[in-house]
Amino acid sequence: MLSVSLRHRFSGFALDAAFDAPPGITVLFGRSGSGKTTVVNAVAGLLTPEEGHIAIDGRTLLDTRTGVSLPTHRRRLGYIFQEARLFPHLSVRGNLRYGRWFAPRSAPREDMARVVEMLGIGHLLDRRPGALSGGERQRVAIGRALLSGPGLILADEPLAALDEARKAEILPYFERLRDEVSVPILYVSHSAAEVARLATTVVALQDGRVLRQGPAAEVLGDPMVLPTGVRGAGALLEAVVVRHHEDGLTELSAGGVPLFIPRVPQDAGRKLRLRIAAQEVILSRQRPEGLSALNILPGTVESIRGGEGPGAMVALATPAGRVLARVTRRSADLLGLAVGVECHAVVKSVAIAPEDVGGGEGTA
Amino acid sequence: MWGLGAEEWQAVALSLRVAALATLVSLPFAVFTAHLLARRAFPGKALLNGLVHLPLILPPVVTGYILLLLFGTQGPIGAPLKEIGVIFAFRWTGAALAAGIMAFPLMVRAIRLSIEAVDPRLEQAAATLGASRAWVFATVTLPMILPGILAGGIVAFAKAMGEFGATITFVSNIPGQTQTIPLAIYAFLEVPGAEGSAIRLVLISVGIAMAALLLSELLATRVARRVGGR
Repeated sequence: MLSVSLRHRFSGFALDAAFDAPPGITVLFGRSGSGKTTVVNAVAGLLTPEEGHIAIDGRTLLDTRTGVSLPTHRRRLGYIFQEARLFPHLSVRGNLRYGRWFAPRSAPREDMARVVEMLGIGHLLDRRPGALSGGERQRVAIGRALLSGPGLILADEPLAALDEARKAEILPYFERLRDEVSVPILYVSHSAAEVARLATTVVALQDGRVLRQGPAAEVLGDPMVLPTGVRGAGALLEAVVVRHHEDGLTELSAGGVPLFIPRVPQDAGRKLRLRIAAQEVILSRQRPEGLSALNILPGTVESIRGGEGPGAMVALATPAGRVLARVTRRSADLLGLAVGVECHAVVKSVAIAPEDVGGGEGTA
Repeated sequence: MWGLGAEEWQAVALSLRVAALATLVSLPFAVFTAHLLARRAFPGKALLNGLVHLPLILPPVVTGYILLLLFGTQGPIGAPLKEIGVIFAFRWTGAALAAGIMAFPLMVRAIRLSIEAVDPRLEQAAATLGASRAWVFATVTLPMILPGILAGGIVAFAKAMGEFGATITFVSNIPGQTQTIPLAIYAFLEVPGAEGSAIRLVLISVGIAMAALLLSELLATRVARRVGGR
């Protein structure tokens, strides 16, 4: 487990954050300028904060009170940068082997063949980085970090420089990393979809402070926590694949509620997590009839949070889990929404984008 | 051979020896200095930069005279060195010292440029993978700047071959000892009827200089390709 506590001031910006990162992927989630990269760079030792304490499994990397600050190369990290930063003078194989050279013998060693297979880069081993596509480069960078025997993997917006197709190509590898590798991962992102798919734990950052930290579904379903603004809001549901229909839809079951989404590759019985963007949800007091939307989740209003603008964020407790809906305050008033009122959340199937659906951990 | 007389041959052989020694000995210092100037911030950096470039700007005679004052057998550096048997004054090693000092700024500039072309984020990435500063230099920076180092060495070699002012001031013009090609050309021009010897040496000089420039250009394009990773 990684534990971090930092205090640092720049001109016009103060960072004061403390959090723990248990095994799995911990996503530092927030807008640009919220201090995410500063935190990661402090963990990596690329920046020394004014005050701070950083430890991995009891191994102190930084303690400003006792004056301990390990240099970057002795922190045993695997840092996956936004741009892959592969060494251009080495082949892919040379890049993958680079970190292994410096790893202490006692370090847990990932098997090279397994990592190469997991990332699907076997056919690239003899190539030079300059001859790879952006997505391939990032996969090699993941492998390089993994093979250096790190006690912690850092990933600073590793998908931000890629287009949508490449993102979709890389995301499953991070899911495999989360599910198959025991090294904890600290992952920086401002994309709600990435967070929804990858995060085991979410640390929501805003203006240099930790807004909220906890399991992904809990933090993302909290209407009070909107680190990237209302447009990025959306609750996380866990569902099981029931079956694939011939019309291109996949039927899921989330807490007994049937959900239909565009076909996903996972087999029946697999667990999935999907993000329901708050602004794609329509609320209805009566169970709607004759409606084209396929997904209707009955629930009870848990909270309504009005902002300064015309919108309101309604949190609904449903059998599938908490759902967030962004509606106008006028609609909330017209519907007579109040805490405890029964209500239905309506979601179009096509509003659930493929990038919002990810493999969950294990099968049902 | 090639119609070269013994004295001419002597000058060519000596020049090659002087330039080779000057280049080889100064190369590690040049790499170190270039790395310092390209990658580190420290007090007195501007001063060091100025000092390195001084021989490029000063009249060579001045540089030669300063060398004579410092490294002469009575000088503050020359005297103690003489005690341990190292003498520069009026020896071919002195010619190499003068040539090395004069070529140093060119070498540092070429190497510094190639170091600056290396993305420091790659060096950072190497550090996160467990490489200490020295290892980062040896495994990332050095291989990437190798063509730049070679290019710098070649230009410096050519410059050392052609050094005149500092050499003649510091170690005089002694055939077989300090009379390199330019000094020999100068001497032949003083002697009536020796223009033929002078012309032959001039052609050799031009040939060596052109070859060095072409080779260093070739290596410079290789640096760019290497840093690009193709």
